[in-house]
Amino acid sequence: MEKRIRVLVAKPGLDGHDRGAKVVARALRDAGFEVVYTGLRQTPEQIAEAALQEDVNVIAMSILSGAHPHLFPKVVDLVRKNGMDDVLIIGGGVIPETDIPALKEAGVSEVFTPGTPTGSIVDFIKANVK
Amino acid sequence: MDIVEELLKGNRLALSRAITAIENEYDDAVEIMKKLYPHTGHAFVLGITGPPGAGKSTLTDKLAKAYRAQGKTVGIIAIDPTSPFTGGAILGDRIRMNGLTMDEGVFIRSMGTRGSLGGLSHKTADAIKAMDAFGKDVIFVETVGVGQSEVDIVKAADTTMVVLIPGMGDDIQAIKAGILEIGDVFTINKADHDGADKLVRELNMMLDLDAHSEQMTQNSTEKALADQFHHLNVAKHAAGAAWRPPIQKVIASQNEGVAETIENIEKHFKYISENGILQQRRTERSKNEMLDVLHNNIGTYITRRLADTGELEEYVGQIKRRETDPYTVVADIMRDMLKE
Repeated sequence: MEKRIRVLVAKPGLDGHDRGAKVVARALRDAGFEVVYTGLRQTPEQIAEAALQEDVNVIAMSILSGAHPHLFPKVVDLVRKNGMDDVLIIGGGVIPETDIPALKEAGVSEVFTPGTPTGSIVDFIKANVK
Repeated sequence: MDIVEELLKGNRLALSRAITAIENEYDDAVEIMKKLYPHTGHAFVLGITGPPGAGKSTLTDKLAKAYRAQGKTVGIIAIDPTSPFTGGAILGDRIRMNGLTMDEGVFIRSMGTRGSLGGLSHKTADAIKAMDAFGKDVIFVETVGVGQSEVDIVKAADTTMVVLIPGMGDDIQAIKAGILEIGDVFTINKADHDGADKLVRELNMMLDLDAHSEQMTQNSTEKALADQFHHLNVAKHAAGAAWRPPIQKVIASQNEGVAETIENIEKHFKYISENGILQQRRTERSKNEMLDVLHNNIGTYITRRLADTGELEEYVGQIKRRETDPYTVVADIMRDMLKE
């Protein structure tokens, strides 16, 4: 059996808005990925641990609350500390353009803002997953 | 990283990587399984099955917490369906188990069915062994939401729990063959919903009929030993005293009835241990494991050889033109191969 891309779709932070995460999860499923969906209000520790147990290739985080400058880099740190150097980490949601360079600096490979077609997320993952 | 060595030392990432290798049939998967095998056979495997939305994940979460409170380590394999069209899957069982994620004594792995139709994935049995070798005391296997006939779980589990909910049909449903026959322990979840007591009554009637009809047909059942679910028959007939599956009403979301469910599970495990049924089940499992590998390897070997020599295409053409038939072709192939 060929390798199947596994993606953890996670909602860090305290906002309860998961429509975007669900739409993305569905699009990734339709692209043939195995999507582990963990639900709302995940701490960075929970996300990193779930990624480890599920041995995912990609972590996709969605956030509305505005806590991304704190939470996204924390997840990157914890995941790398767990020895998962190859995992592609991406984010999305209501994130100001001005915040994106710092997130990329911190190790988030790409950030998708509202209006992004789901196809471009799929293409990005296919092109960059290890 | 030496996956096997690290796994046996308790490295969680190594366990995770081992399951990936098994699931994707990486080149090193067989080697990993060979080395892990001697370390398996210690865990208690509990199968949890039932229709979609019955509350299997929520109940798994509560049962896992109860076992953790006893100081036991827990592995959970949660299976969700893979799309037959795209190969993709939404694995959503963890949503109900978020409270377990940060407990180091719990390891949860989600798996897609990847084309398997029996309620498990083809690689579930090997994933169980990886967790067993890792040292988990109890391993929960949560099947996909099943309909009526996905009963592979009995081949993998020591004790099988069937989770039902009220309102899914009349009493004819309760006497049909399939998943209702495989329960060692029954749980009626969402017992605060209408119809719970009626469901308990109907199940009780079905289970009492089982005990009665078994006495009547004991001799003919003994002849059915070659049946693939033969260990179920053994289980019911061993030592003369049949196991009557208990029924427990539960409201998993409120943790009601969970302690009683654990008691039922433990009673069943004690029963199968003391009557030699556990050993019989595990013998049967060893046999199935070996035969699965045998069938798989022989099938792959012959297919590859036929493809390499071009014979496969040739045979297919002949069959399509009705010059021969699949049965004759396979008989010829078998004769040629066995001669060598």
